[in-house]
Amino acid sequence: MPAVADPTRPAHRAGAAMTFQETLFALQRFWAERGCVLQQPYDVEVGAGTMSPDTFLRVLGPKPVRIAYAQPSRRPADGRYGENPNRLYKHTQFQVVLKPPPANIQDLYLQSLEAIGITLSDHDIKFEEDNWEWPVGGAWGVGWQVMMDGQEITQFTYFQQCGGLDLDPISGEITYGLERLTQFLQDVDSIYDMVWARDPDTGAVTTYGDIRLPEEEQLSAYSFDYADTARLWEHLGAYEAECLALLQGQKSLPDDAGQTQLRRFPVLGAYELALKCSHLFNLLDARGAISVTERVAVMARIRTLIVGVAKAYADQGERIAVLGGKVAA
Amino acid sequence: MADFLLEIGLEEVPARMLASAEAELARRTVDLLRRERLLGEEPKVESYSTPRRLAALVRGVLPRQADSEEELLGPPVKAAYRDGKPTAAAEAFAKKAGVTVEALRTTTNAKGEYLTATARRTGRDFAAILAEELPKEIAGIYWAKTMHWRPGKPERFVRPVQWLLALLDGEVVPLEWAGRTAGPMTYGHRVLYGNAPVIVRKPNDYVARLTDAKVMPSVEERRHRIRKALDRVCRSVPGARWREDHPLVDKVTHMTEWPSVILGSFEPQYLRLPEEVLVTVMRDHQNYFALESSDGKLLPYFLAVLNTEPDAHAEAIIRHGNERVLRARFNDAAFFYDFDQRTLLSERVALLEKVTFQKDLGSYFAKTERVRAVAAQLAAHMPEGTLDRAALDAAAQLAKTDLTTEMVKEFTELQGAVGGLYARAQGHSAAVADAIYAHYQPVGMDDAIPPTVEGQVLAIADKIDTISGMFGLGLQPTGSKDPFALRRAANGIIKILAESSLPLTLSQIVNAAGSNNAQIQSFLAERLEWYLREVRGAAYDVVKAVMATAPDDVRDALARVEAVAAVRGSDDFSAIAAAFKRMKNILEQASAKGESVSAEIDLDLLTEPAERTLAEESAGRATRVARLREKGNYAGALATIAELRPAVDAFFDKVMVMVPDVALRQARLSLLARVLGDFNQVADFSEIVIAG
Repeated sequence: MPAVADPTRPAHRAGAAMTFQETLFALQRFWAERGCVLQQPYDVEVGAGTMSPDTFLRVLGPKPVRIAYAQPSRRPADGRYGENPNRLYKHTQFQVVLKPPPANIQDLYLQSLEAIGITLSDHDIKFEEDNWEWPVGGAWGVGWQVMMDGQEITQFTYFQQCGGLDLDPISGEITYGLERLTQFLQDVDSIYDMVWARDPDTGAVTTYGDIRLPEEEQLSAYSFDYADTARLWEHLGAYEAECLALLQGQKSLPDDAGQTQLRRFPVLGAYELALKCSHLFNLLDARGAISVTERVAVMARIRTLIVGVAKAYADQGERIAVLGGKVAA
Repeated sequence: MADFLLEIGLEEVPARMLASAEAELARRTVDLLRRERLLGEEPKVESYSTPRRLAALVRGVLPRQADSEEELLGPPVKAAYRDGKPTAAAEAFAKKAGVTVEALRTTTNAKGEYLTATARRTGRDFAAILAEELPKEIAGIYWAKTMHWRPGKPERFVRPVQWLLALLDGEVVPLEWAGRTAGPMTYGHRVLYGNAPVIVRKPNDYVARLTDAKVMPSVEERRHRIRKALDRVCRSVPGARWREDHPLVDKVTHMTEWPSVILGSFEPQYLRLPEEVLVTVMRDHQNYFALESSDGKLLPYFLAVLNTEPDAHAEAIIRHGNERVLRARFNDAAFFYDFDQRTLLSERVALLEKVTFQKDLGSYFAKTERVRAVAAQLAAHMPEGTLDRAALDAAAQLAKTDLTTEMVKEFTELQGAVGGLYARAQGHSAAVADAIYAHYQPVGMDDAIPPTVEGQVLAIADKIDTISGMFGLGLQPTGSKDPFALRRAANGIIKILAESSLPLTLSQIVNAAGSNNAQIQSFLAERLEWYLREVRGAAYDVVKAVMATAPDDVRDALARVEAVAAVRGSDDFSAIAAAFKRMKNILEQASAKGESVSAEIDLDLLTEPAERTLAEESAGRATRVARLREKGNYAGALATIAELRPAVDAFFDKVMVMVPDVALRQARLSLLARVLGDFNQVADFSEIVIAG
């Protein structure tokens, strides 16, 4: 893009918008004040905030949940070596999960926009139909993409099924694309020009590019050019085998297993292994190492793991609850 | 008479589902009121919808059912009295009817003597009935996709229900559903009005109160307002007009409660991109209307329909935001376009080896080679000079290469179009480019067929290759399952043949693609039958009559259907059709008994005047009918057949076919067989359903 002065750019917006980190602070504070527990980002590679166990596993079962967290999300195929102003290998989702969803969840959401400095009456906001689906996770929901002045800023989903299991109660899931949202509010054409932080004393600016560009350059290069596909396949096979073994182990737990044995069985460990496989699949895919015919088969393998974990997690929860009931009685 | 208003408040309903749901709610409400005898003489129904509400207003309802009487039939008298005293059965019947035992009467019917009673039903209140029945109607509304939201999953609906408003004149109807209790309250525009409830005192105030709250509940009014605003805002660009787009007007009408329109612009440099790409981004991705000059050329502006009414300050922000989004998208498209030009389509043919068409049918390269061969075979049936064979082959070779472009990976809906545009940009002839461009057409029955002969042949070759390949693997459609959209492909072939002047027959097309002929032939026949009925709107029996002759030429079948449909109602034709049906029955029964007919008729045996007349008349007319048929003059052929009526009538009046004399019987059966054979080639008239 040639740097042309844009006469249509309203002067009043300059410098008014929050920094990237202020936007994150504001959302965290907003949702914490509405009863959400703030969780830290999950430390295994995921493609979306939904895949963090704080969403994917917590939406299962009857226990109410109110949780919010920022989740760095990796999509190797979207990497552009830091050259594209709108696409990233890794972006940040701010994820809110409310189970069951309060009746005023949409109002809360609109208030959260005000909390990050958006004056609602200055914008055109629409809730457009957009149903979410993650076949590999046996998960889907109905909802909207929230459009502000023609830009999608949020994915809003009423989770209906997860790991192939019907949810009751269902969960409301709000996913803000933090980069897109902040880029839009700061009115910059490139993600990398976004202000991440501003020094309160000197006013010196740290941009998104200062913090993240090397990662985009190098991880794009890794996933497109350097990754050793034979080894990636090996990793995938190894993680898969270990995950399957754990799932089998959970199934073979004796009927008279005690509280501690049940509670300590590493279903969560199996989930980390399944997520590893999912990320390796994405890397192989970005590397062009998966043919169209193989694709379906590998996706089915990963679905077996993820859906298997969801079932094991639900089963574990139920058995512990039953045992707890017996002990209490 | 009273007015009734119902409104269901919802979280944003998908635009595509609103129109039918609005109509269904009104229909269900009126049906319920009628069923419950709560509808006055001349009721008036209005319906409304916005993304956040569905409403029905019925004027002229009865606040209470009229009292009524009903005659009930009870137990037999034998069982009702013992020793002159009423039994338990009689008492139970009296109780059920709500009368005393003394008020019971007797009646005699075919089975004997029974008790009867007149039960008086006191009419129930409107409110009580609706509170009971209306929730079932609301729950029964059809939605393409539904969800649960409350714990325990007590109901499914399109989106969570936020409120219910139900008023009979000034009174709330105590409706409860989905955890909501009806009140006199509705809600206004989320941003322009806020969360305060809006009180509606009586149904008549509904539209006015909502208008105060910045919601325009009438779909037609919103549509009108949007169109006017599009026109008005468009006028600020001299010489411009907005590109008419009914579906998009419809969509944005269903996406807004209080619409307004703003003008935005983009850098003219993006106009170097193909118009299709620009329009796809604006229309399909952003819901924007494109602007064009009076000669139809795209201008660097767009119109966006907002769901708000911004002041000047807000409008500047909203315009700026929309322009920024569009610029980013156009920038992506420009990148894809420039990147794609580095590899010519001709160089991309080899890349198709790496793109799988179907795992057992191989790559798109393999498909390309097959389609080339099929196209060449089809072209061989075409007279010299009617198409450019070299252009057809070049187009077939390049048709799928755009699947390897970044542009099609990003905008998959532009497959074909991108190939055509790139072919033109890379110096291929218009014949080649146009054929590539349109070879996926028609995508549906509302879509146009390819405009050029080469495009038509290529489209047919591509579609029949897919059908043939999938059938070969046993992947033909079954029931409602058609994962490879083979019916759509076959419908496309039928439509192209029906609307073009290609001289190709169905069997030529099937044979060009090779294997599995009989099965594919009948699949295409089934699609032709569907097309004649559903797309051309021909009557079921007329289509069946024509299909009974196993037509191979689509346009010829169409002409016959039209001719039969035109004469179907006339007396002579009805009589002839009835007579042919009779002949067919006689022949079928005879054949079941082992009787035979022969092509040679021993005319000397036919001595009755009526049968001699039929033999002579039919022989003469058969020649004329055959001549007319050959010329495609089916109306004339049918008129000639209908003239046979007096002879046929006289025959059935005077002559008995199934006489004991074997030779005579065979001669008469043979005569009937010949008449049927001669005249049933336009259509099998015995299939025609005769009214009355």
